[in-house]
Amino acid sequence: MTPQTLESVIQPDGGIDGYDPQMSEAELLHAYRTMLRVRAFDDVSLKLQRAGRIGFSIPNRGVEATQVGAAAALEKTDWIFPSYRDFGMALYHGISPLAMMHNMYGNAADTTKGRQMPVHFSFLEPIKFFSISSPIGTHIIQATGAAYAIQQRKEPHVVLASFGDGGTSSTGFHSGLNFAAVWKSPVVFLCQNNQWAISCPSSQQTASESYAIKAKAYGMPGVKVDGNDLLAVRRATRDAAARARKGGGPTLIEAYTFRMGGHSTSDDPTRYVPKEQLAEWEKKCPVLRFERFLKKRKLWTEALRDTYAAEAFEEINNAAKQAEATPRPGIETIFSDVYAEVPAHIRRQGQAAFDLARRKGDAAAGDGAFPL
Amino acid sequence: MANLTLVQAVNDGLKTAMRNDPSVVVFGEDVGPKGGVFLATEGLTKEFGEGRCFDTPLSEDGIVGAAIGMAVNGLKPVCEIQFQDFIFPAFDQIVSEAAKLRYRSGGQYTAPMVIRTPYGGGIRGGLYHSQSGEAYFCHTPGLKVVIPSTPYDAKGLLIASIEDPDPVLFLEPKALYRTLKGEVPEGKYKVDLSTLRTVREGRNVTVFCYGAMVPVCQKAADQAAEKGIECLVVDLRTLLPLDEEGVLEAAKQTGRVVIVHEAPRFCGFGGEISALIAENAIEYMESPIARVTGFDTPFPNTLEHHYMPDDRRVLDAIEHVWGY
Repeated sequence: MTPQTLESVIQPDGGIDGYDPQMSEAELLHAYRTMLRVRAFDDVSLKLQRAGRIGFSIPNRGVEATQVGAAAALEKTDWIFPSYRDFGMALYHGISPLAMMHNMYGNAADTTKGRQMPVHFSFLEPIKFFSISSPIGTHIIQATGAAYAIQQRKEPHVVLASFGDGGTSSTGFHSGLNFAAVWKSPVVFLCQNNQWAISCPSSQQTASESYAIKAKAYGMPGVKVDGNDLLAVRRATRDAAARARKGGGPTLIEAYTFRMGGHSTSDDPTRYVPKEQLAEWEKKCPVLRFERFLKKRKLWTEALRDTYAAEAFEEINNAAKQAEATPRPGIETIFSDVYAEVPAHIRRQGQAAFDLARRKGDAAAGDGAFPL
Repeated sequence: MANLTLVQAVNDGLKTAMRNDPSVVVFGEDVGPKGGVFLATEGLTKEFGEGRCFDTPLSEDGIVGAAIGMAVNGLKPVCEIQFQDFIFPAFDQIVSEAAKLRYRSGGQYTAPMVIRTPYGGGIRGGLYHSQSGEAYFCHTPGLKVVIPSTPYDAKGLLIASIEDPDPVLFLEPKALYRTLKGEVPEGKYKVDLSTLRTVREGRNVTVFCYGAMVPVCQKAADQAAEKGIECLVVDLRTLLPLDEEGVLEAAKQTGRVVIVHEAPRFCGFGGEISALIAENAIEYMESPIARVTGFDTPFPNTLEHHYMPDDRRVLDAIEHVWGY
């Protein structure tokens, strides 16, 4: 298993060459459906952003199989340290589109209390989907620390740290992989090589022949898998997780895929992504690929796809409506959660801000409920 | 009661916390079998094992980043940055991650952890073993910044910091590590964070200081007393969150204020104390507020005794505000 070999499972005709993914029919369909829900969430978010209803979103088109394949290898007791382009993992594990949409609107029901930009999710249940930070790579070393705690308590869990190709240049990547390898911590490092870090191609990110090969220098296994092949990503992640659970230490997985949309809704990829590259990857669509596999197993029809897609759009459009109707967070949420207890100087500032808002008439019902 | 140096009191505080709570882990560069370059962690690996006191790769961002992950997942990390001068690779993890985690996750994830690090001059350490960087960190909501100046406070504040639910930067004045001894109770006790310590009473001039400047100010106050000027010397000991009420009360008691720190003056912590008093107690002031600080230069090696505020400079300032 050398880093240079691109591992895949699903063949062009949908066959898997006798590989047994050990997934039930329900699990396979759940994975498929999750990819369609990611796509629907993307589409709805883009429309909301273009209509000015939300400020920002992060497109996931093209990388659905990487996200869902990796998530499908985890247990609910494992941890995910995600990047901002990973909400397919959240959806797979049962975090609701409504909870996510509350974050997109930054309203009172948002788990981050409207403090973070859209797609900077934080969830505790039903899986630990760690609070997302904008600076790149900082969570990679944090994932190693969380894994050290698992190790110290001798628990059979793993931590998945997910990041993009750009993230491999960060200090957190270096310290995260180095510490985990030295400590033999149970971490699976997933580099989603979607080939573009905003406008910078991989050639400007690294002179290594692959991202996976970097594992060798850290002293851990590195594998490069076809990121548009859900079963290949799941297999690599499961193998890495199984090894980690048994004390075998970390693994670096490079999932080779392609970001079909912009970096974010504030980005125009047509300014830098060559048309031919886009056309080439359009043909490698991860959803179509999984459909061919399901069809060969007689689990897929166009009607099934249409039903799933329609259900996903209905659910997510309803979530958006509900989130939009939810009031903004109270002014007190500016001042709470800085510390476990509100210190006197912040309390005074909070009181002054609330008094001003009330005088100006822009305090809402419920504002100031915080014990200022 | 034991008569301990400040660094021995830190060591005692770590041992006490580790004995009382199995989730406390101590790590950093050379903190394991060697016991740290100042021996603050001496004997911990032997008593608690390599799983609870251990060396890390040489990476400050790694040390603090890993500490955050451990804290999020149920451990109580107490990590060491060998010299505060080396902390800046970890600045991002401290300022943007540890300090903001509770806030950005709506309270779902928190990072209760302590970053211990020796700071300040006085050991001929030159630019990179002498800095006082407290002001960088005091500008960071979500972080607590604590600086002891006695063995008793070092242990009590350290235990309080380890038990605190929020991330604490614990700055240890290395100039005082072995230069003074004090009575330290055995076993667990805490000194509350965000409380001031009155070092000496006086009704003429209030001197605010912290860390290694406390004995300097005591000495200056003794000399002032010989000249008939009685100083109220206040050790701030927690810079963030600051006991603002206590500061204002102490300033009002004399109406004359001197603020002392060894960090550079511009945007230094003394500026915040000065502004606090000017904004809230200007009508009590009998003279302009004076600051005695390090210079707005990098920290020199050979001439460090000129750079660091000493009793002569502090006494000058005391006489200035008294004679105004």
